[in-house]
Amino acid sequence: MNKNRSAKQADRVATGVLYGIAAFFVLLLASITIYILYKGVLAASPDLLSFSGDGVGVQLFNTIYLVFLSLLITVPIGMFTGIYMAEYAGKGSLIAVIRTCIETLSSLPSIIVGLFGFLVFIQMTHSKWNLLAGALSLAILNIPLIARTTEDAMRSIPRSYYDGSIALGSTRWQTVVHVLLKASIPQIMTGVILAAGRGFGEAAVLIYTSGMSSDINFNNWNPTSITSPLNPFRPADTLSVHIWAIKTEGIAANSQQIADLSAAMLIILVFAFSLGSRALGRHLQKNAGEI
Amino acid sequence: MAYASDKDFTQKRLNQPLLNKKWRTEYAGRTLVTIFGIFIILLALTILGFLGYRGSATFLNYGHSVAEFLFSTNWNPGEAGQSGTVGAAIFIVGSLTVSGFALLIATPFAIAMAIFISDISPKIGSRFLRPVLEIFVGIPSVVYGWIGLTVLVPFIANVFNLPFGFSVLAASIVVAVMIFPTIASVATDAMQAIPAEYRDASYALGSTRWQMVWHIKLRSAMPGILTGIVLGLARAFGEALAVAMVVGQSTRFVDSLLSPTNTLTAVITANMGNTVNGSEYNDALWSMAFLLLLISFGFIILIRVLGRKRNEL
Amino acid sequence: MKKLALVILALVLLVGTLSACGSSNASGGQTTNNSPAATTPAGSAPTAGGSASQAAPAPAANVSGSISASGSSALYPLVNIAANQFKAANPNVSMTIAAGGSGTGLNNVLAGTVDIGNSDVYAAEKLDAGDAAKLTDHKVCLIGVAVIVNADVAATVKTLTSDQLKAIFNGTTNNWKQVGGPDEQITIVNRPTSSGTRALFTKWALGGQSSVEGDTSLQTDDSNALLTTVGNTKGTIGYLALSYLNVASANIATVQIDGVDPTYENIYNDKYQVWGYEHMYTNGKPNAQTQAFLDYMMTPTMLTQAGTLGYGDPSKLNADAAKSR
Repeated sequence: MNKNRSAKQADRVATGVLYGIAAFFVLLLASITIYILYKGVLAASPDLLSFSGDGVGVQLFNTIYLVFLSLLITVPIGMFTGIYMAEYAGKGSLIAVIRTCIETLSSLPSIIVGLFGFLVFIQMTHSKWNLLAGALSLAILNIPLIARTTEDAMRSIPRSYYDGSIALGSTRWQTVVHVLLKASIPQIMTGVILAAGRGFGEAAVLIYTSGMSSDINFNNWNPTSITSPLNPFRPADTLSVHIWAIKTEGIAANSQQIADLSAAMLIILVFAFSLGSRALGRHLQKNAGEI
Repeated sequence: MAYASDKDFTQKRLNQPLLNKKWRTEYAGRTLVTIFGIFIILLALTILGFLGYRGSATFLNYGHSVAEFLFSTNWNPGEAGQSGTVGAAIFIVGSLTVSGFALLIATPFAIAMAIFISDISPKIGSRFLRPVLEIFVGIPSVVYGWIGLTVLVPFIANVFNLPFGFSVLAASIVVAVMIFPTIASVATDAMQAIPAEYRDASYALGSTRWQMVWHIKLRSAMPGILTGIVLGLARAFGEALAVAMVVGQSTRFVDSLLSPTNTLTAVITANMGNTVNGSEYNDALWSMAFLLLLISFGFIILIRVLGRKRNEL
Repeated sequence: MKKLALVILALVLLVGTLSACGSSNASGGQTTNNSPAATTPAGSAPTAGGSASQAAPAPAANVSGSISASGSSALYPLVNIAANQFKAANPNVSMTIAAGGSGTGLNNVLAGTVDIGNSDVYAAEKLDAGDAAKLTDHKVCLIGVAVIVNADVAATVKTLTSDQLKAIFNGTTNNWKQVGGPDEQITIVNRPTSSGTRALFTKWALGGQSSVEGDTSLQTDDSNALLTTVGNTKGTIGYLALSYLNVASANIATVQIDGVDPTYENIYNDKYQVWGYEHMYTNGKPNAQTQAFLDYMMTPTMLTQAGTLGYGDPSKLNADAAKSR
């Protein structure tokens, strides 16, 4: 009886402590967010919000486009790798090798990935800085994350799902696609959101691969033209590269305001993306049977 | 129907015309994912080879010994064909201290957060806390660094009455805030993925919620939590821009949490852009990058071994 | 299953485009670089097309093609502004400007990934002699470096002699009261050892003596972080390119060296020694559009503008000052 009471007490204390910790971090994170947003609002002006001159509209567009391109590469590669690890690689040494490779890849400092990307995607192809090189380098950084989350997600699905599907005469691949993948969409979505977040916030990789400036013309939608916003072979600076450049080297009187505004926009962007992709995840899961 | 082997099984299956297409897809799928698995190995090996090749030049072209690089504190590499000294011991110790402390600060909080989201209040958790956590992955490091530089560093100087607040403590706190969302997100997923039967069984046996979390959930989620910690550690090691702003970048050994020091990534980032390919300085930076890779590799293996022990209990 | 096939097809297409980019990009990059014809159809937008048809009278204007530059972060803001103006006058030019540090600029221009490599120092100070000889130097402007201190020191320490400065940076002077200031520890804030600003400062203010490292010396990656660090930390001393001192800050103040203010006036008259040229290197002879841009950098209008941004005009140096470098 005594033991029972102390267990209940421990339960109450633990609950209290956990509430405290959650509250503390929410407060900390909220105060950082509010600090950034507040500074951004102070800095906001129609001039800075525009798509020309000092405005950050171009960077906003670049950020979205580059992260989109990068996810287009990262998600399939990462997901297929994750599926392989969870379902086909078995339990032997091969999976240990792959897992070690993945964790090693994910521990690379971003500047190293940037320099590697510069060497391979820029120097070896004799091209100039471009969006695609940035997206590919970002993919190197993010593939491990998606692969790991996919693998964890698929492994955590109760074995009965798998057995049930096989018993109904499905092949392994059918089971993977129709049953396991569907059930693991929310977790994979977390990985995608984290990967996109990293893309939104990354500067060191992109400085070397997609460059630090853009020269685009929003009247030109021919994707083969170098000044077209859609051309993946044009140089582009994203919001965080922009922030980095003006925070560190800016000399204009309003450079701190531009940086503050960009940071606030980035937060809003990440938040919108996070909400959007969760909704997409739910939608996909509902309709996953048709994939 | 009995099958002698996998091969026999598929052979017989393929002979059945109706099932033929289905099994071809199976093989296409299997081949596809295998290619990607192998691709990852190749990618990692390429980068490893690339870093190893660039990193070895300090020792091969400039004739420095590995022992000098690892244990000497004398850091003064040459440029423009000149040769100097390449002792990186201070930065190695600095990196280990900063990431170690950051992990110590972030992990308990992150796991607590994960428990809160998965078991204490899933509603607040998934509606509010998860999206908030995800925002923090997307804030550029330079913004964290800037807040650290303008808010945290003066604060530490005030509290401890120091001439300046640039310190291992400041860097660890900034890195901890940066890796907290990664660890918390992955750990939450791991906790939520545990089948509800575990929880129900534990409650049925009369456990309190805390007992259930502590004995059942944490233990079963341990591999996933470890993944989160590895990813967090990796990010801590690789973080440069934010650390560089608050660690002080002094070339001196750490002797207290409040002393400034320098880290491998900060030195690499500060000097990579200012030096040219093939100079001793540049090569020494690549050696540091390679070393960084080897250190995180070591940690990955260590955590893996610890995780395996834990699981066997 | 049909959808799966579609997904795989899309993937194959994606991989196909990726591999195609590897091979086609090399030639793609060069077409935009050399032949104006390649960019003209691209400029089907009304603005670009319009100006292409009416040839401007000035020979320098209306060049086309792409120009890219990277390197020195101290020079980056100026080049960026110049690029925007140059672009406004030549709408068919595509400009890409990046910072990254002097080493990056020299690396990139040697490797041919950019047309112009910006550097705070002579290429020979970074590259070995053979590589340095391949590059053509264009000295576009001057950059002065000033000693700055935190505001709490500034009231009492207005000037330092060269010897006092050297003693502070080698650690023998470690309290401000030794140079007439308050009783406060001196904290040195350096740039990275490979930085161009630091190289200028070490060479011309400290006579080549290297700075003490340790407890009392911090370091920041970039100039704005240095400005903030010195502004937020009592008893600090650092150095900055004059271009970062345009916006007055209440937290910091510049210090005279041997009684001379860090101004371009004093640099032109050979009184203030801590300055250097900003270089824009090209790999051999620049192509037409790059040459036009380099010329533009050195037009009187641009140099006047550079003056207001904190860069100096090489043509104003008197004979002695010009000889000193």
